[in-house]
Amino acid sequence: MTPLLLSSYTATTCLGHGLDATLAALRDGRSGLQPCHFETVELATWIGEVPAVDGEKLPKSLARYDCRNNRLAQLGLQADGFAERVRAAVARYGKSRVGVFLGTSTAGILQTELAYRRRDPASGALPDDFIYRTTHNSFSLAEFTRDYFGLEGPAMAVSTACSSSAKVFAAAARQLALGSIDAAIVGGVDTLCLTTLYGFASLQLTSSQPCRPYDESRDGISVGEGAAFALLERAEQATRGSILLLGTGESSDAYHMSSPHPEGLGARMAMQAALNSAGLNAADIDYINLHGTATPANDAAEGKAVSALFGQQVPASSTKGATGHTLGAAGAVEAVVCALALSHDLLPGSPGTSTLDPAIPLAYQLSSRPAPVRRALSNSFGFGGSNCSLIFGVAP
Amino acid sequence: MTASAPIPLSAWIEGIGLLAPGLPDWPSARAVLRGEQPFSAAPSVLPAPTILPPAERRRASRVVKLTLAIGLEAAAHAEADVGTLATVFSASGADGHNCHALCEQLATDDRQISPTRFHNSVHNAAAGYWGIATKSMAPCQVICGFDASFGAGLLDALGQVVIDRQPTLLIAYDSEYPEPLHAKRDTPDCGGVALLLTPERTARSLASLTVSPSNASAARLAEPALEELRNAIPALRSLPLLQLLARGESGRVCLDYLPPMQLNVDLQTC
Repeated sequence: MTPLLLSSYTATTCLGHGLDATLAALRDGRSGLQPCHFETVELATWIGEVPAVDGEKLPKSLARYDCRNNRLAQLGLQADGFAERVRAAVARYGKSRVGVFLGTSTAGILQTELAYRRRDPASGALPDDFIYRTTHNSFSLAEFTRDYFGLEGPAMAVSTACSSSAKVFAAAARQLALGSIDAAIVGGVDTLCLTTLYGFASLQLTSSQPCRPYDESRDGISVGEGAAFALLERAEQATRGSILLLGTGESSDAYHMSSPHPEGLGARMAMQAALNSAGLNAADIDYINLHGTATPANDAAEGKAVSALFGQQVPASSTKGATGHTLGAAGAVEAVVCALALSHDLLPGSPGTSTLDPAIPLAYQLSSRPAPVRRALSNSFGFGGSNCSLIFGVAP
Repeated sequence: MTASAPIPLSAWIEGIGLLAPGLPDWPSARAVLRGEQPFSAAPSVLPAPTILPPAERRRASRVVKLTLAIGLEAAAHAEADVGTLATVFSASGADGHNCHALCEQLATDDRQISPTRFHNSVHNAAAGYWGIATKSMAPCQVICGFDASFGAGLLDALGQVVIDRQPTLLIAYDSEYPEPLHAKRDTPDCGGVALLLTPERTARSLASLTVSPSNASAARLAEPALEELRNAIPALRSLPLLQLLARGESGRVCLDYLPPMQLNVDLQTC
């Protein structure tokens, strides 16, 4: 593919609001995970909760979108001057020429979960103040963002579980290549809710401790939440040091709804497709941000796929011990982690991981350290066997 | 930077699948859209998903049966190998019955939800079952655009056909919610359309289509019952295009997308 410029990017997770807080935590090897006290949830697990989400007030004109997911979306859009950069792009290209491509797995389902506690005792009806379209529906995040900026061009939600906000980069890149738009808001937002917390617990995939990716004693994920965005434009404006999207690769496991292919075959195909898309070889990659959820099956399968393709030389880590697994936001959050690694020559470590699984032969980074990073690959895999790998680089 | 001239969003249509209330498959829908058969309202009939392994077949929800029916119909129409096809699924919602059951249980004191219900709750559940059924490891996109889902899916499928030069099966579909969600989102029944789109003309090509943005009003169907379906089921916003295909006519129709952006579709029959 023709490289694209990330002219602005931002991430808000349990590590904090915006790039400075994220970078400082990555450098220090700090985790944002805390024991779960979310809402009325009673589970022995740790979560990555973003501070001050519910204090966020949407503008009156967008009140119909009010729910935790869109509050976090707005919080994320306002960090790092991202919204100003979008408005400048809209002024430059026109409001029908900036597309919206956002990933989410559960959107505002928490709003529906809460509404189901307030059903009319006689009729069973949901409360009048519950608005399905602008809170529950998977498109609500993308429609909120489109309306937030007053846009009139194409918009779509991608919802492929935990690969959602990686796949938006590929979808946006196609429309930019077609020339149907001049800029794209890409990213992902997912927020804590009962469905995912109790759901992953039902599959026995949540850990009772902070998650430990690639550790020999890893036993599950820590669910997190996050909002991460990037503004994609054609790369003519790139200058030395700009962050570029170089390649995208997508594949399907065609194996099982909630377990990865045991040999990581789909994962390997996605990484190879991303290398092909970028016109690069495995040896060109300086850092791999692993999907690394810290479930026994994911890390074993991904580790096989990565070592088959990259050997044991390329430094790799999962940053989910820092952020938790932000599910449909993970692809975009970790794209921003890669952008920070590239722009600050940083190999991020893996908070929580202490003893590496000896069965997985990777150059796994336990601790953050400085090193030149010119090209980084990020993996995101989801339920239903949905795989996406992205490659980012620094403009020479 | 210099904006390059847009590349036409064009593809060849090789196969069509359709299932909607009163329209059990594409041949019967084609006859109705041509005016050769009257439309008679009836609940959607979802075939048993015999292609799935027994374990998954037992767990197959209405959206899984719907998408397998229309996707396999379009692929068979085109004589395409489903084991290699890239897919774009687009839907305004996932499995509404499963969603209701989860929300209902999570509102009680017993929140120990079923793991199968949880993995079936993802928007890409139907796409996941499609992968298991067809063994296709090709890219699989899953989109939501609320009422604009057909247009959003069509735009991404054309992106894959034109930019990635790969045949792509677009599967646009919707399903109903039970009460109390039905009162908030009143999609009446299952319905969907599948189009197999290819980058090159072949002996099996039925027509070419080219999509461009528009501010026009969407084309309507003269038959009130069909027009009602067009409005009631987001995937069936495609019906004006399907009517042209059914009649074997070339022409332009405007389809609803995302106000104020609409999609003009120019169709040239082969």
